[in-house]
Amino acid sequence: MVNVIALVSGLIFGLGLILGGMANPAKVLAFLDLTGEWDPSLAFVMAGAIAVGSVAFALAGKLKKSYLGAPMSLPASRTIDKRLVLGALAFGIGWGIAGICPGPALVLLGAGSVKGVVFVAAMLLGMGVFEILERRRSNPEVQRKPIADRKAGEQIALQDH
Amino acid sequence: MLIDWNAFTPWASLAGGALIGAAATLLILFNGRIAGISGIVGGLLALKKGDMGWRLAFIGGLIAAPLIWQLFASLPAIRIDGSFLMVALAGLIVGIGTRYGSGCTSGHGVCGISRRSPRSVVATLLFMMMGFITVYVIRHVFQIAG
Repeated sequence: MVNVIALVSGLIFGLGLILGGMANPAKVLAFLDLTGEWDPSLAFVMAGAIAVGSVAFALAGKLKKSYLGAPMSLPASRTIDKRLVLGALAFGIGWGIAGICPGPALVLLGAGSVKGVVFVAAMLLGMGVFEILERRRSNPEVQRKPIADRKAGEQIALQDH
Repeated sequence: MLIDWNAFTPWASLAGGALIGAAATLLILFNGRIAGISGIVGGLLALKKGDMGWRLAFIGGLIAAPLIWQLFASLPAIRIDGSFLMVALAGLIVGIGTRYGSGCTSGHGVCGISRRSPRSVVATLLFMMMGFITVYVIRHVFQIAG
């Protein structure tokens, strides 16, 4: 059932991206081009999504378990660290170069875009590099310590949001 | 600032955004998961047993969306201006950046702001700002495309 919900959610997400115009990288770049002929549409996509999402996440904050009994995986961290800042800045540069972020990239795959395939392949490579660097960073230290001495933070370091 | 009124699609974009919000609602309330695409895709690469199925299902849904759309209407225009090299470079940077920054437009911009996470608000402001600057530099300083 969890997989069915995920499939339907992904499908609705993708249809929303197409309807909202965000599957078209040229339209995304037209939003990011403030001093050119500006297309404010992307701000409306964000507004629509956040309006609906705010209700859902207010509700989700009160749940102990999901409606299907799964644990609620809500990131608890509130610290703004160097990784967050540098990562977000880098992402902004990549987004500005092609006008493609991860969600629309996958929609482009389904639309049969060759450049979409190139983008996704490069993105996966980038994510793979991150994964390898993370393991190198955390493993030697974690392995040297007995399990009882590990701090909780070290074990969840590899978890995503 | 000049608004391109012919390209501007406020109602379709608002409705598309609402759909994205509905998708995020389903995933958090039923599965307890955040609809952050970079996290869902990146998490696949951790190769954790028992944690792959829902990720693949969600990604499958996203990829299937344009195919389902085409059963009822033709797809809106898709135009990618950059060269293959630029697109590959962009993909690589987006892959690394979103994983170090723990999220992208969906995870931080939609879900994170919806749950008023300070990290996500900061991340969204930063990647938006950097997106604006990058497009400005490419189009108006180096005058490539657009």
